[in-house]
Amino acid sequence: MKDYTYKITDASTRSISFDEEKCIGCNRCVEACQIDVMLPSTEGKCPILVWPGECWYCGACVMECPVEGAITFRHPLMNQARFIAKDDLKKEAE
Amino acid sequence: MNMKWPYNNEAGKLQEDYCDVLVVGGGLSGCFAAIAAAQKGKKVTLLEKGGISRCGSSGTGFDHWEMACTNPGSKVDPLEMTLALEEEQDYYSNAIGHYIEARDGWSCLEDLEKWGGKIRDTEDEFKGAAFRDEKTKLLYAYDYNARYTLRVFGTTFRPALIKQLNKLGVRICERTEATTLLTTEKNGVKTGSGVIGFDTRTGKITVYHAKSIVLCMSRPARIWLFNGDIPGLSEFRPFQSIGTGHAMGWKAGMEFTMMEKSIRGEFSAYGRSFPPYGTGNNHNTWYAATMIDSRGVEIPYVDRDGNILKSVEERYLPAKGQKFFLKGGVIDEPKYEWRGPETLPFDKLMEMGYKLPFYADLTSMPEMERKAIWGLMVGEEAKTRIPVYDNYNSRGFDPKKHILQSYGTGWQSAAFLEQERQLFGAPGGIIHDWNLETNIRNVFAAGDSLYASDCAGFACTSGRWAGKHAAVSADKDFEEVDIELINNEKKRLLKPLENKDGYDWRELGLAISKAMQNYCGGIKCDDTLKQGLKLIRSFKEEQLPLLKAENPHELVRVHEVSDILDVSEMILCASLDRKCDSKPLSFKRSDSDETVADKENAYLVISKQNNEVHSYYRKHRFYGDIEKEYEAHEVKE
Ligand SMILES: Cc1cc2nc3c(=O)[nH]c(=O)nc-3n(C[C@H](O)[C@H](O)[C@H](O)COP(=O)(O)OP(=O)(O)OC[C@H]3O[C@@H](n4cnc5c(N)ncnc54)[C@H](O)[C@@H]3O)c2cc1C
Ligand code: SF4
Ligand code: SF4
Repeated sequence: MKDYTYKITDASTRSISFDEEKCIGCNRCVEACQIDVMLPSTEGKCPILVWPGECWYCGACVMECPVEGAITFRHPLMNQARFIAKDDLKKEAE
Repeated sequence: MNMKWPYNNEAGKLQEDYCDVLVVGGGLSGCFAAIAAAQKGKKVTLLEKGGISRCGSSGTGFDHWEMACTNPGSKVDPLEMTLALEEEQDYYSNAIGHYIEARDGWSCLEDLEKWGGKIRDTEDEFKGAAFRDEKTKLLYAYDYNARYTLRVFGTTFRPALIKQLNKLGVRICERTEATTLLTTEKNGVKTGSGVIGFDTRTGKITVYHAKSIVLCMSRPARIWLFNGDIPGLSEFRPFQSIGTGHAMGWKAGMEFTMMEKSIRGEFSAYGRSFPPYGTGNNHNTWYAATMIDSRGVEIPYVDRDGNILKSVEERYLPAKGQKFFLKGGVIDEPKYEWRGPETLPFDKLMEMGYKLPFYADLTSMPEMERKAIWGLMVGEEAKTRIPVYDNYNSRGFDPKKHILQSYGTGWQSAAFLEQERQLFGAPGGIIHDWNLETNIRNVFAAGDSLYASDCAGFACTSGRWAGKHAAVSADKDFEEVDIELINNEKKRLLKPLENKDGYDWRELGLAISKAMQNYCGGIKCDDTLKQGLKLIRSFKEEQLPLLKAENPHELVRVHEVSDILDVSEMILCASLDRKCDSKPLSFKRSDSDETVADKENAYLVISKQNNEVHSYYRKHRFYGDIEKEYEAHEVKE
């Protein structure tokens, strides 16, 4: 059988990022992800985000990470809903 | 640069496995089915395509449990609720499932609590709130008088379910994509004999022989909505749930109904939409948030007679003379009898001079109601703990100070086109009897895969019911499996590895969604449906064999496209066979034949036998006397 290989399939958005200083390379996030959008690093480092476009933005990877701040979730810019202080409504209207 | 695959390479390896009850899909319905069958002493295997820790629609939580009509506070009787839903849904309603849901929901919640889930306000965080029962500490949603829907701590349920599965010795096979339903036929009776599973990391193929099978793989998606760049945002339900259960059933001769029903897209985070529950709105998780317009003027809530409600409390109470109102995931605009409080319709607001954009304004709500929405509901809901609650908090959102904008027409925060459709709002699915058994013997189904199903409570209760029946019918020998089919499937599943110069699965995904938008959009007719069917079938025969993959992950994506093609075929065939418009099914034709309206006011049941599509109409209420049938089919402890 032929060898399996992979390439990082870039997408125009990336939901998650790792803090290399904080990540302990436990791969709990990899196991939590339904879609396997990450692959474990074989060198005990942060997982590799291979298929960022397939992420469904559930946050399970962050929920299961044992180290605060090792993995961070972010919505695509187009999906960042706007909120403002209510007091600023009037000012905006002017 | 091509990198080395970190998992083993087991392509070509074929393994056999045996169990009494095989449950396929590890979401809510699958977990409940597996637990119920194991409690009956059966050897149970659970296949899950993703990882068990947070899989399924509700893997990261859910915030409300509907129709728990036997909970200690409920003022609605299970039968009354089921009949109300039947009428509300114009008899295209899954009354079998809804009655089981209404009657058994509370005991499933009690089970979840026993196993470690949180269903009560044990910390007294909401002491004194109008939606709290002080004695039981249960928290209610929507109709605070009728109290049949509970606010729950859904993020705690997944770990509790896994603990219980392990305790009962259920064998969990994660990262296993079920691909094929195996059946045998004797004297004209088809029986399920097993399922083929594909290891999504190594490519190993396993034949799971089972005495009975429960299908819990949710429902189809990515049919009309697909984005090749960010496919994960295309739909509302989990990316890996694309209706494989439907596709494998279709290929094995299983019967489906209401497959011609689709609605204009409502929910996803696709280009025209925003993250679910993450924008200003007053539905579902956010009911009954105060809404204001861009001048800061409050948008009035009215009762079913159009009377303006003066206080926030009244938004949670039925109208004068009304026993209860219907609200929740699947109920959009209920009939007068069950219509609850709602903000004025969008068009009316425009007429009255309200200014866009609108905002959800929790700042002016009573503290308990604000905390119930921002914290309890947004926080315990699926995909909200991290993506909305934590994410917005870290961006500085303060519910006492900030207002959150709505998009689209008003507060639906989505603006899909008529041809951008979804199987949503109690869509079609597997048709079943009172045992939740399909037309294929010993193959059961539960949860979102059933026709006209919806919601977490429905999934748990139907899963438990199907699991018990599967256990009862597992009292027999293993059936034979079809060796030729297994060998052909093995080839099919691995073929894309050989297509060096093939093309990417996403290209075909895009072509399917465009074809379905063009030929099976908002308004249908025989000519376009036939064209569409021809195109979809040519994709299956000519294009699918050209797709390539370099590893098991990409193979799974190709398998999914194959399943989406089967489901598209099913939808096109069902649409062709319904000749007359149907409002309850959101089904519209330019060549509607009104002369068959009466005959067609029924369930269109469709299946594929020996490569030929068959359909017939089945009368509404085919399930008989609801209470009597429930009791006749209940598996006693
Ligand atoms: C964001 C969101 C919020 C929701 N909030 C609520 C709520 O608050 N209250 C409520 O009542 N309902 C809610 N729902 C609906 C509810 O979660 C679902 O109706 C319910 O979880 C369905 O359960 P299920 O078991 O049928 O399917 P799921 O829980 O979706 O499970 C299906 C499982 O099958 C697996 N699978 C799919 N294909 C295969 C295959 N080929 N082989 C093996 N496994 C496979 C999937 O990986 C998945 O784990 C929400 C849904 C979503 C998406
Ligand atoms: S947010 Fe969900 S889908 Fe995306 S990487 Fe994390 S676990 Fe996977
Ligand atoms: S779970 Fe957290 S610590 Fe572990 S590998 Fe993932 S990011 Fe790193």
